[in-house]
Amino acid sequence: MSNYVLTIGIFVAINGIVACGLNIIVGYAGQISLGHAAFFGIGAYTAALLATRAGFSFWLSLPLVIIITGAIGLLLGLPSLRVRADFLAITTIGINFIVESVFMYVPFFGGALGIGGISRILFFGIRLREAGFLALAGTLLVLSLGCTWWFARSWTGLACFALREDEISASSIGISPVLFKLLAFMTGTAMAGVGGSLYAHYMRFISATDFGFPVSVMMLSMVVVGGMGTLWGPVIGALLLTILPEVFRPLTDYRMLLYAVLLLLMIRFQPGGLLGERGVLKNLAGRIRGRLRS
Amino acid sequence: MLLEAENLRIAYRDIEAVHGASFHVEEGELVSIIGANGAGKTTILNALMGMTPVKEGAVRYRGLDITGLPSHKRAGMGIRIVPEGARVFPQLTVLENIMTGLYRLRKVTDVPSRLSWIYELFPVLDERSRQLAQTLSGGEQQQLAIARALVSKPRLLLVDEVSMGLMPILVEKVFEVLRYLNREEDLTILLVEQNALASLAISNRAYVLETGVITLEGEAQTLKSDPGVRKAYLGA
Ligand SMILES: Nc1ncnc2c1ncn2[C@@H]1O[C@H](COP(=O)(O)OP(=O)(O)O)[C@@H](O)[C@H]1O
Ligand SMILES: [Mg+2]
Repeated sequence: MSNYVLTIGIFVAINGIVACGLNIIVGYAGQISLGHAAFFGIGAYTAALLATRAGFSFWLSLPLVIIITGAIGLLLGLPSLRVRADFLAITTIGINFIVESVFMYVPFFGGALGIGGISRILFFGIRLREAGFLALAGTLLVLSLGCTWWFARSWTGLACFALREDEISASSIGISPVLFKLLAFMTGTAMAGVGGSLYAHYMRFISATDFGFPVSVMMLSMVVVGGMGTLWGPVIGALLLTILPEVFRPLTDYRMLLYAVLLLLMIRFQPGGLLGERGVLKNLAGRIRGRLRS
Repeated sequence: MLLEAENLRIAYRDIEAVHGASFHVEEGELVSIIGANGAGKTTILNALMGMTPVKEGAVRYRGLDITGLPSHKRAGMGIRIVPEGARVFPQLTVLENIMTGLYRLRKVTDVPSRLSWIYELFPVLDERSRQLAQTLSGGEQQQLAIARALVSKPRLLLVDEVSMGLMPILVEKVFEVLRYLNREEDLTILLVEQNALASLAISNRAYVLETGVITLEGEAQTLKSDPGVRKAYLGA
């Protein structure tokens, strides 16, 4: 396989991990977030700083990245406890712009120049290049899916679903909205951190604009297109929305417009996403399964 | 006294819906609050569960002032509600809906035996256990809402107009279950109802609520023969 294809595969995996995290917040806990790229960025910058300033390897910094991103996610998830959906959308956009500006203008974070010279990932002394990196990113994607699957099946997941469906009803049976919203924000942002860490070590040079609002819109599009609250939806979304822009290179300037149109079309015709209730992919899968059985 | 409401005033913004209601429920009783549409029954029940804030007055449960507690804390103390319109979780299956009622209790609960107890009370839920709740009829959703509240074995069950929109035969059945739970399983129940006939028939005591004010109270039997009540609520 050519390096180009492997590189796209790596981005699919990284975007898939980040979108899985967003799916926990948006799909499972029902909290809209239009600022997820901020946490992708916080993960990337944490990994980059630890690598360039403290000489930490990817492996050594990963647990720290998860903890730091999750903790900041918990903190920035606090507004979700006070405000309703429409206002939460605006608040999370605000968070995205603030985080991006901090990376952009605070010299500690490299300012407009960003951070370069981030080390490659070593695996038992072997430098991970395209194929090896894809294997690592793929493994972490599988782990993220496992994490989502566990989350969805656990009591925590059930409590989150109940909250998403009817917050008042859920709290009347003893489910604390505060606890579960924060838990969802923490888990979801920590997963974005993992994606960010991979991104930093793959690109080896990052700057603030890599984590701007358009990236948040792209992440949300992936979740919505694939199917909010489904296990595989974010991966399908990441696959489509990472590959399609490559195919339609000439349309790069209209990317945001295309995402907006795509989001509207999805909401109009496939509100549950491709893998959601009444989704075309779900129907297709169901039909194939039916064929195989008969 | 299991539950005591003292001089409750409840308002939506500036408009007061309940103007100083006082009532109580003893352990083991089945008490109903009857009143016409818009009298403030749902407002009162939601305030007892902590779903609507109280402007003035106090709610005491087992001697504790719970007026300011959030609803999930009250649920943890053994109060459960069957809310107006059932409010089941539409995208969860029937079984998942029931299981949410066991949140935090699963370790101290014999889940299979509790489920079979629930299914004995509401056999239709057993048949539909894998269906999404949104596919149930109104009556089945009401039964599911009761099941979700009951599965935790509450000490106090608040029930908001289960009869609303149900076929008469189902109303009878649901009230029969409530009576059974109260008499045989010692469950304390506070019922609010427009259907005075059905609720008085199974209650020990009752209150009459008119536009946010409690105007009458007494033994259910006595109220049933009260001329004013008969005229206003029993169509006689
Ligand atoms: N969310 C609300 N906002 C404003 N007013 C409300 C709200 N809910 C109920 N009310 C008003 O409060 C009064 C009592 O309503 P409610 O408690 O629902 O009565 P009931 O349950 O007895 O039919 C009514 O006048 C109703 O219009
Ligand atoms: Mg009502």
